[in-house]
Amino acid sequence: MLNMISYELLLFVLAPILILVFLSLDVLFLTWLERKVIARIQLRYGPNRTGPFGLLQPLADALKLIQKEDIIPKTADKVVFTLAPIISFVAASLPFMFIPFSKFFQISFIENALIFLLATSALSAIGILLAAWGSNSKYPLLGGMRAIVQVLSYEIPLVLAVLSIVLIVGSFKLTDIVEFQEKNTWLILLQPLGFLIFFISGLAEASRVPFDLPESESELVAGFHTEYSGMKFALLLFAEYIHLILISILITIFYLGGWLIPGIYYLENIAITIGNSFNIPSHISISILHFIILIIKAHIIIFLILWITRGTLFRIRVYSLPVFSWKGLVPLSMINLIITAILVVM
Amino acid sequence: MVLKYRFEGYEIEVKDNEILLNLGPQHPSTHGLCRLVIKMEGEKVKEIIPVIGYLHRGVEKICENRSYIQIIPITDRMDYLSSMNNNFAYVLAVEELLGLKIPERAEYLRVIAAELNRIASHLLFIATFGMDIGSFTAFMYGFRDREMILDLLEEMAGARMLYNYMRIGGVKRDVGKEFFERCLKVLDKLEEKLKDYERFFLENELFINRTKGIGILKPEDAIKLGVTGPNLRASGVKYDIRRVDPYSIYDRFDFNVITDNGCDSYARFIVRLKEIKESMKIVRQAIRDIPEGDISARVPKVIRPPEGEVYSRVESPRGELGVYIYSDGKSDKPYRIKFRVPSFANLSAFPHFNKGIMLADLIVSFASIDIVLGDIDR
Amino acid sequence: MNEEDIVKRLKEKFGDRIEAKIKRKKRIFIMIDREDLIEVSNYLFKELDFKFFSTITAVDFPDRFECIYHISRHDGILILLKVRIPKNDPRVKSIVTIWPGANWHEREAYDLMGIIFEGHPDLRRIFLPEDFKGHPLRKDFKLQEAKWF
Repeated sequence: MLNMISYELLLFVLAPILILVFLSLDVLFLTWLERKVIARIQLRYGPNRTGPFGLLQPLADALKLIQKEDIIPKTADKVVFTLAPIISFVAASLPFMFIPFSKFFQISFIENALIFLLATSALSAIGILLAAWGSNSKYPLLGGMRAIVQVLSYEIPLVLAVLSIVLIVGSFKLTDIVEFQEKNTWLILLQPLGFLIFFISGLAEASRVPFDLPESESELVAGFHTEYSGMKFALLLFAEYIHLILISILITIFYLGGWLIPGIYYLENIAITIGNSFNIPSHISISILHFIILIIKAHIIIFLILWITRGTLFRIRVYSLPVFSWKGLVPLSMINLIITAILVVM
Repeated sequence: MVLKYRFEGYEIEVKDNEILLNLGPQHPSTHGLCRLVIKMEGEKVKEIIPVIGYLHRGVEKICENRSYIQIIPITDRMDYLSSMNNNFAYVLAVEELLGLKIPERAEYLRVIAAELNRIASHLLFIATFGMDIGSFTAFMYGFRDREMILDLLEEMAGARMLYNYMRIGGVKRDVGKEFFERCLKVLDKLEEKLKDYERFFLENELFINRTKGIGILKPEDAIKLGVTGPNLRASGVKYDIRRVDPYSIYDRFDFNVITDNGCDSYARFIVRLKEIKESMKIVRQAIRDIPEGDISARVPKVIRPPEGEVYSRVESPRGELGVYIYSDGKSDKPYRIKFRVPSFANLSAFPHFNKGIMLADLIVSFASIDIVLGDIDR
Repeated sequence: MNEEDIVKRLKEKFGDRIEAKIKRKKRIFIMIDREDLIEVSNYLFKELDFKFFSTITAVDFPDRFECIYHISRHDGILILLKVRIPKNDPRVKSIVTIWPGANWHEREAYDLMGIIFEGHPDLRRIFLPEDFKGHPLRKDFKLQEAKWF
């Protein structure tokens, strides 16, 4: 039997691997999901030849990308060009260190997890900028510039929206946020405006339609990854999807109660009973349950993002993008913060 | 530091804070093989130099070495999105040279074919315009509805894109009664679909934001620069060849010439959307009035027109499509044939009304003038 | 103003220097010499309101070149303004200042027929590459057909 301390040690060693494996598999699944959902919206079938419902299509794509010749353009800055995909992949996966997938399942149990999380999630812009600069080509450069403008503009409303949550909960710990929601109610009811702001800024952060400016196909060919191919391209793509997963998990944790659903106690009891019959300690079986619920919720959010935005919206005008943030979202999130502060004090 | 670049005989100076961007010939939104060389400061466009000719096949020279009948399929391949209208312009010119009288039924069939083709072309415009703004969904929807029209045209001509349907003196073949019934059914269906488009595009804040006020072409500039077709009408100039210089039997139909005073990309979109409805109106009237009878006049096997020249023009979906033919009276091949294509003039005007625009807006503006490179380069 | 009025006014203004005839409804054919081009064009543009410029057709006749300017009015009357150009000196004044839309059409005529438009701001080849030899639409430029054709 494992006690609590060795469990933490185990987490520290095993969890990163587990999470990375999960992320990779989930990205593969998401590429399939995106193509399938968009295809159905657009009166197409989507991938349907490889495996049941085309589920093996991502594997085939990945195999193709691995086999591809690794091309580095002659004029590119070789070091930066090679480093950029790695940096953006690492930067995109770093925030997962601070995300509680369950009460007991988190890689790093530090006090100020939220601050680290926000700081690391902003790092991915550096990867994009490096990719853009290292390619030494005009379309990637323009895409990279747009990416920076986007991240700079939308990081602020995002953080401000999160701050109002911190004000309400009174802690920087993500588990505390979920616990608060367990005791009271889901934060989306207390912070509807904050939820909207976070959702929109999150879309911009993950550069999804309508904010897919850094790679807007019709203007900049493929934006910052124009010159990339093979595994490097795959890594950049991975980073992007991981960012999408991150945003949807954050939305779930901050506003939709994390792993909480009505009737969670019965489910937990069932999980513990089943776990006991296999000799699994109860906090591990609870962790697995929480993890599954959280991921399902996050994927519902991802599905909504695909459906509402990718399927039906146009790309926003580049020049109204910062305007929309600075003149629309930032003041709104400020007001939201102030009102929250007043209500909390009262 | 000032750098000098030279391409295709054009010299351009680029300062330190400017970059020269090569938009095309391989680029997702140049609609074929057009190359725009753009001098930008940041993302602000300072100079646009279109470079064309990547699809140049020398159609006019080829035509001089073909007999009159052999030219019809060649006209299909100029503006491949409105082949019926190209056929139309060409056969009108030859018939005027010969002084032929066309049977009524053939005239009606021609009008139906040309207007259906106009609808298909405008639907494709809506599709590609949507895609250039970033919605692939719009693209698929446009293609789906164009497919219905293409099925009809396939039934008429036997081909889906390069119809080769019209003949000197008439049309290739007749259609049965069921065709008209099907045609009316498709038009009713399309009417429903058009409401979807209106909801999808015109009620979308992002769409309005991206197209309103982009690429403003003032009416006096539009006339001066030789812009024709929906682009001209979107600048508020009521000029439609079907009305001002009626050809075939267009003077019998009741339809409106759509204009819009917006002068911008949004107006150009609206005009095309509304023109689909007007074309549908014309097709409905034509189906109502079409008489029975022959579909082709009696034409000699070898066409040898008397000496003379003619310039006939039609309103193609992109603007004024004119055909000039000079026949020397001796041979069965035209001595000189010239196609006045609408996209050519529209593209030539493009750099003039888009200075100082942003790169992303340039793409929208470029998509909104709806050019076909096969048409421009010939 | 109908076709007859236009022809009458042109005849009054230019007299013998101009041959004008009405071919059919809304089609007027005018023949002039190249020296008169700018004058006639200005008159057409300013007095007779011919604002819509369609195109330029250059024709290679055995004894001369002919440039045909297709210009129309808002009511659809179309003039084919034909300018005779001698074979050994294919030059004509540019009309870009009057109809700016003629810019590319003149470049096309230069590219394919080799007629030089004096005063054109940017007379380069438009379809063919810069280093192409000859002008394909001239009759002495033989089309090379594939042998099997």
